[in-house]
Amino acid sequence: MIAIIDYNAGNISSVRNALDRLGYESIITRDKDEIIVADKVILPGVGEASSAMHYLNEYNLTELIKGLGTPILGICLGMQLMCNYTEEGGIQCLGIFDTKVKMFPPEEKVPHMGWNNLVNLKGELFEGIKDNNDVYFVHSYFAELCPYTSAECDYILPFSAGLQKNNFYATQFHPEKSADIGEQILKNFLEL
Amino acid sequence: MLKRRIIPCLDIKDGRTVKGVNFVGIKDAGDPIDLAKVYAQQGADELVFLDITATIEKRATLIELVKKIAAEINIPFTVGGGISSLEDAAKLITAGADKISVNSSAVKNPALIKEIADKFGSQCTVVAIDTKFVDDEWMVFVHGGRTMTQLKTLEWAKKVNDLGAGEILLTSMNNDGTKNGFALDITSQVCDSVNIPVIASGGAGSKEHFLELFNTKISAGLAASIFHYAEISVPELKDYLINQNVAIRK
Repeated sequence: MIAIIDYNAGNISSVRNALDRLGYESIITRDKDEIIVADKVILPGVGEASSAMHYLNEYNLTELIKGLGTPILGICLGMQLMCNYTEEGGIQCLGIFDTKVKMFPPEEKVPHMGWNNLVNLKGELFEGIKDNNDVYFVHSYFAELCPYTSAECDYILPFSAGLQKNNFYATQFHPEKSADIGEQILKNFLEL
Repeated sequence: MLKRRIIPCLDIKDGRTVKGVNFVGIKDAGDPIDLAKVYAQQGADELVFLDITATIEKRATLIELVKKIAAEINIPFTVGGGISSLEDAAKLITAGADKISVNSSAVKNPALIKEIADKFGSQCTVVAIDTKFVDDEWMVFVHGGRTMTQLKTLEWAKKVNDLGAGEILLTSMNNDGTKNGFALDITSQVCDSVNIPVIASGGAGSKEHFLELFNTKISAGLAASIFHYAEISVPELKDYLINQNVAIRK
């Protein structure tokens, strides 16, 4: 069973639909016990960081997420919340990845919206994915490169498109919306 | 590098595609899901579904359709047509639409753009603008192009940007249906005056028209009939653009 954490953060049905297509059972939940016993956990999210952190706190999920031993995948805002700090709302986040989330400088269109290529891929999540494969991004803030960066992307500047530390995995892009490449990445996570 | 996007648009009425479709290998050309899957497999970067259903009762059909599309396809899609309130938008987003597009209702009530962006994020708030060149000025039209407003297109585009729109879908009524190419002038002007992505719509008739479009800074090109009638296929168009050194997803 895959637990998709429900914390009022946007359209999470697309993640569930993607898991359905891959043949994995999932539940959308904020129940601690359901999250703890799940085989894998996904922290999805589109929306605004400070209200998302507010809900994670309100539902007492922050310590639970930080203490998980099962593989957990943060997607988009979910990934940003796993970092130390975000300029969006100027708040402290979960601090799983020791890196900061900053706003893109307004030198190009923001949000960074559309398909962009991944480079410098590392780790199990990107098994079978080639450098320069394109995935779908929609975001206005980015995580800086750091020792945990497992995939890089370039828009205005190079940033972390993927992060990994032990059982914590994250992608800035939306694998659930990234066609076959995205499905392979999700599958890699689900098969960990 | 961020890629330019190719976006087929499907007109929907009562849950079915409206315009004629000439595709090999589709059992039911009127089924939006079959068509959407084909486009997704062919490498379309996103899809737009425009609902032209007239009656409120039939809106339920659209919600059901959006749920099915969301379940079946693995690329982003936008749903537009007849969204006049935050509640309408919420229903479609909950059903699985990645983005919703507002047009006439945003002109009537610009605050709606901010309401949707605040609630669901700018990334899912698309403002569609229908524009026509009238007396030396590009003006905004509403109600499917039937009614001219007093809004100048550039000013309206800047305003929707300020209100929190995440993207502008600009259709030139002068070009739409002509197959003579996109309206590069007004689309580029809009693109230069906002800091959100702009999708050009109206006038695509050849691969060269997309090349001209992508020689500007415009993010994406949308078309309907040339794809539906298989005059140009998405893979053929993409191969051509890649050969011309346009940044395109393979």
